[in-house]
Amino acid sequence: MKDKENENLEYLESEDAEVLNLISQPYKYGFSTKVETEEFPKGINENIIKLISARKMEPEFMLNFRLRGYKIWSKMQAPEWACLNYNKIDYNNILYYSVPKAIKKLDSLDEVDPNILETFEKLGIPLTEQKRLANVAVDAIFDSVSIGTTFREELSKVGVIFCPISEAIKEYPDLVRQYLGTVVPSGDNYFAALNSAVFSEGSFCYIPEGVTCPLELSTYFRINNEESGQFERTLIIADKNSHVSYLEGCTAPKYDKNQLHAAIVELVALEKAEIKYSTVQNWYAGDNQGLGGVYNFVTKRGLCAGDSSKISWTQVETGSSITWKYPSCVLVGDSSIGEFYSVALTNNYQQADTGTKMLHVGKKTKSRIVSKGISAGSSKNTYRGKVQISSKASGSVNYSQCDSMLIGSRSQANTYPYIQVRNSTSKVEHEASTSKIEEEQLFYFLQRGIDFESAISLLISGFCKDVFSELPMEFALEADRLLSLKLEGSVG
Amino acid sequence: MSNILEITDLHATIGDTPILKGINLTIKEGEIHAIMGKNGSGKSTLAKIIAGHEAYKVTDGDIKFNGSSILELAPEERSRKGIFLGFQYPVEIPGVSNADFLRLSCNSRRKEKGEPEMEPLEFFEYINKKLEIVEMTPNFLNRNVNEGFSGGEKKRNEILQMAILDTKIAILDETDSGLDIDALKIVSNGVNKLATPLNAIVLITHYQRLLDYIKPQFVHVMENGRIIKTGSDQLAKELELNGYDWLKKDLKN
Repeated sequence: MKDKENENLEYLESEDAEVLNLISQPYKYGFSTKVETEEFPKGINENIIKLISARKMEPEFMLNFRLRGYKIWSKMQAPEWACLNYNKIDYNNILYYSVPKAIKKLDSLDEVDPNILETFEKLGIPLTEQKRLANVAVDAIFDSVSIGTTFREELSKVGVIFCPISEAIKEYPDLVRQYLGTVVPSGDNYFAALNSAVFSEGSFCYIPEGVTCPLELSTYFRINNEESGQFERTLIIADKNSHVSYLEGCTAPKYDKNQLHAAIVELVALEKAEIKYSTVQNWYAGDNQGLGGVYNFVTKRGLCAGDSSKISWTQVETGSSITWKYPSCVLVGDSSIGEFYSVALTNNYQQADTGTKMLHVGKKTKSRIVSKGISAGSSKNTYRGKVQISSKASGSVNYSQCDSMLIGSRSQANTYPYIQVRNSTSKVEHEASTSKIEEEQLFYFLQRGIDFESAISLLISGFCKDVFSELPMEFALEADRLLSLKLEGSVG
Repeated sequence: MSNILEITDLHATIGDTPILKGINLTIKEGEIHAIMGKNGSGKSTLAKIIAGHEAYKVTDGDIKFNGSSILELAPEERSRKGIFLGFQYPVEIPGVSNADFLRLSCNSRRKEKGEPEMEPLEFFEYINKKLEIVEMTPNFLNRNVNEGFSGGEKKRNEILQMAILDTKIAILDETDSGLDIDALKIVSNGVNKLATPLNAIVLITHYQRLLDYIKPQFVHVMENGRIIKTGSDQLAKELELNGYDWLKKDLKN
């Protein structure tokens, strides 16, 4: 009898191993680029912050903003409530400013180190005029600096501002000053405070009243330097009646050390404006023993400031060794809408604690949460979400759906929904499920001549369908391809 | 008529437990066989082993398909050669549309035969004609595989798959279980339409009822991992009347 159990166990293990093999595809963006960089000394203190601000030739209000952030941060403790285990981060062993030397003129790509242009080309983000993507304006960020932004002229014809935030601070100081830190205040959390002190680059968008942005806007983040952290800051403002769709992509080289990425994204939607923000996150996740990978501590929040405004987050999280991220919506305007669609895939020793917050303040506000977690290997995948409906938010509605899928027998999935409703006219619905890819499901595919890899990839795409359908067309294909890459073996 | 399937002295185990203890069975083109027997006699296991389910281990004997052993072939390779297993409990596959599933499946068989794979539109036309075989409507194709299907719909879906896979041998595991009389007629009609002089069908069933609609030339009775009796369809009628114990007594005498 004992032997029989052992044999069954062995069979199960071998099945696991096969699935794991499929998911454990080598990371194809793991190369690094050799460039000469200008770096500030490691560590964080007021002097470093002053240096960053001075080097970027920032106005005084920015320096003060940074110093205030630093003051708050130095009094705070790193949060420990998340379902994550990792070594303590030594904040004095990180480079806070690292810029490739060759970049002098930002207005011409000809001046950019060809190695860097080649890097982006290899990543599938060609920047040069002849090769750039047809319908997408891209801001490419390499460590602490923006390399270039495509289609800027075309966008400015309709009044859309899309540029690196360091430029916006100088050229549109009033707009930046009016909105920066209003959605995510410096003291919001430990990583937000750190970012406020040292953020180096990011994208800025402003969509004027009544304009529907004619192109998809996209920022591509690349961490290259092994020792540097990336602290980007993105600010998107959609004025009354405007529409914009924005996509963020990210990759990093393979290093044995962990890199810190602590970003802030702030969105503001005024009356009847609509912002759709999509992320395909593919930071290096560490090797199959859990060595290396990016620590991703990100604060993303959108403010539906105006009546009938709408903010929609879609994220596909496949990378990072640690993910700590809760893209949220603050629904202040009456009848405003917040949405969160998420796919989080973890494998090996990856850990993800991710979810959203929907804070209903205005009347008749609506929110919708669809979260799909897939955990394989020895990974841990946690959904953490908060739905809060205030006493004034009468007639509000929330619908949440959280599904987890387990692959293999060593992975973990957790769901922590927090729900607070303070009035009697609102409605909250929450559905959750956990499933496993069953041996009998796989056998069904095989018996119909469909091979193992296609079966797994079909099952996963099927599981994620509700979320992928929210991504802009090109990126839905990209996301499907990315998951397939991680899940499909030799294909792709 | 040539042999499609030739099983000789087949022994198989799951873990350490022997399940099949020496099966001998030869199936030729154009034949319909029925395998009957009590629960736990090894009927479904035999079906799964022919299809290549990896939970079972063949410890002795051989299975030949079109003259060559298939023991080393993976389940998907067996399927692509035309070995079809109609499941007793077809699993639900959430998020995967029936149309996509059927097309992938059909194309994998076509590829094996050296025929061109079909594009979605072309396949849609092709499958629409096949739907008539099991009296299904096209909206069936947009639903997820077996998800929320009634028992009858699941079994009809199995027969539809049999139809598009150009099966050489179809092993239908209790295809009649859970069917009301109307669904049983539809499913049986479908199977009869698909039976040709060049393929073969194996029905695994508990009940003689199915054999009123699909006429087998051979009926085998399994007991404790072996085929203990083979006869004509008359044997099924005797079993219906007298149960299986009568056979055991017969054996002892």
